[in-house]
Amino acid sequence: MISKDSRIMLEVKNLHAEVGGIDILKGVDLTVRAGEVHAIMGINGSGKSTFSKVLAGHPDYHVTGGTATFEGKDLFALEPEERARAGLFLAFQYPVEIPGVSNSALLRLAYNTLQTERGLEELDPLEFEDLVHEKIKVVEMDPSFLGRSVNEGFSGGEKKRNEILQMAVLEPKLAILDETDSGLDIDALRIVANGVNSLLTPDNAVVMVTHYQRLLNYIVPDYVHVMDGGRIVRTGGKELALELEARGYDWLRAAA
Amino acid sequence: MGTREQCFEQLLLGKAVESVGWLKPIRAEALDRARAMNFPSNRNDDWRFTDLSALYPHDFHPVVSFAKLTKADIKEYVIPGAIRLVFVDGSYSSELSDLPDIHEGVTVTSLLERLGDPLVEGIFGKHAPYKQDAFVALNTNFFEDGAWVHVAGDVTAPIHLLHVATKRETPSAIYPRNMVIMDSASGTTLVEEYIGLEDGIYFSNAVTEVVLKEQARLQHVRVQREERNAFHIGHCSVEVGKDSFYASTSLAFGARVSRHTLHVTQQGEGAEMQLDGLALVAGRQIADTHTLVNHAVPRGKSTQLHKCIADGSAHAVFSGKVIVQEGAVGTDSAQSSRNLLLSDKAHIDTQPQLEIFNDDVSCKHGATIGQIDADALFFLKSRGLTEERARNLLTHAFAAEIIARIQVPSLGESLGRTILERMNGERK
Repeated sequence: MISKDSRIMLEVKNLHAEVGGIDILKGVDLTVRAGEVHAIMGINGSGKSTFSKVLAGHPDYHVTGGTATFEGKDLFALEPEERARAGLFLAFQYPVEIPGVSNSALLRLAYNTLQTERGLEELDPLEFEDLVHEKIKVVEMDPSFLGRSVNEGFSGGEKKRNEILQMAVLEPKLAILDETDSGLDIDALRIVANGVNSLLTPDNAVVMVTHYQRLLNYIVPDYVHVMDGGRIVRTGGKELALELEARGYDWLRAAA
Repeated sequence: MGTREQCFEQLLLGKAVESVGWLKPIRAEALDRARAMNFPSNRNDDWRFTDLSALYPHDFHPVVSFAKLTKADIKEYVIPGAIRLVFVDGSYSSELSDLPDIHEGVTVTSLLERLGDPLVEGIFGKHAPYKQDAFVALNTNFFEDGAWVHVAGDVTAPIHLLHVATKRETPSAIYPRNMVIMDSASGTTLVEEYIGLEDGIYFSNAVTEVVLKEQARLQHVRVQREERNAFHIGHCSVEVGKDSFYASTSLAFGARVSRHTLHVTQQGEGAEMQLDGLALVAGRQIADTHTLVNHAVPRGKSTQLHKCIADGSAHAVFSGKVIVQEGAVGTDSAQSSRNLLLSDKAHIDTQPQLEIFNDDVSCKHGATIGQIDADALFFLKSRGLTEERARNLLTHAFAAEIIARIQVPSLGESLGRTILERMNGERK
């Protein structure tokens, strides 16, 4: 939802970044205000996934120029865990399996870490169980998944739902969804999208990184950005996504 | 500063221990054998990775007066509902032990009190190689006491043998000796545990002999949580009978230098053996686990998962040998060694060995060595966990697979805490 006087949450200016000695991002500008939903689209290799990893602080990706402020703080001066505590969340394109750590234990540990950061009381296991059983409805997940090791033996769709469950529990200010729609069948896509929609408020924001327009039928963006060659080459409303679906990316690439 | 020879000589001085008639010649022979030996050097193939030199500067003396402990001193190690035998510096403590008489079909006593029993005489020294192994020889001559466990039925309460070392004015030598007999079709869980209460220097040299008769079932948990400056050398010989099931979960967390040798011999057809282990070391610790599974007869099954975690400048060693004898057809054996290096200076040696003398077998083994998974670490940090918390969680998770095999919940929780303490102690 676009509201002119809502506060700026994330402001990225002229961002350059490299991975493995290869320049990927070559001057990205993006402003996200509270309450907004942004979609970043682009072909493979356009830099959209790199952009999400750089924002979350992945150690393999190095910022070589530009700035990013998140909630008024210099984002790149913060460690990944500090970014998370400041309210940034990345839903992983390829969720990590962690044998030996139960889903509920991880959720509680992460939740209580944020509670402490916010000056609030930690929840004991019983209190947390009540909370998580409410949150798990958001992604229509069977509670038996809570007792299992994080993502171990989960299907692709279950892993993505598990990412959104983490988002539901941690209530980030800004959620970056990195190709959350990839590998999902239509039912799982609907569930994941409903989950994200139910978490949207005027005080938080979502940036979706996606290859396909399909997800945007369910989570309707306020802005659609097209990334190509490490830069945002076109910004428009949700109709831009439909145009991309109809015409492909080539016409924009030529224009850029 | 003592030399290797001087340190060994000092151990040989020891002190004379009272014996019953049948035991005297065994002790005498063990001492004779020990006198002809020394600490094993790294030219000995079974000791090639393990540096014992940190032992040599110390003069270890026999314990002559025993510390008086109270139940409060050991309360964090108490397993609720367990039958408990406690030994302090190698000597039995009836005050700290808990032997409820409600348990039928089980005898749990001090071995010293039982030396007159022909059953003890018939088994003692038959399995542990006191003629070949210097440490087993020293133990056989110098042991004062240990546990006698004889299980005839199904015993649901775990049996906890708690060997406590206290801080002495001079470094002490302690020789626990345990014997465990599982009668036909009996079953229980045994926890054999070694702890140090204060940060003292001592040499704990333990020997345990275990016999499982037909269809017996034993879960044998061995916990080594000695003090950081202690030395622990343990030997366990197990003989498994027909269609019996022996599961060993062996944990090495403590001691400056530790070694655990586990020999399991399949004496009866159709026996199943499961040998799991975890060594977690940091600082300058050395932990060595040597196992031998000997399939001597047909249709045996053995599975093994051993994990080492090494932080700081620590060194972990695992050697797992599986022998399938000529007649042991239909043997099914699988062994896996998985290792986690937490620092650039830590060091792990792993050596799976298979010796197969017949064709009708299925034997697998594998070893992996790795570091904390960078993607998992980033994922956890992206959920707000600090680097240290995330690393601890992943290390704990790596260890948890072994801890989860212990069917004594309170012990599993206590070991989980020990893991976190040991890891944090290193990084602080």
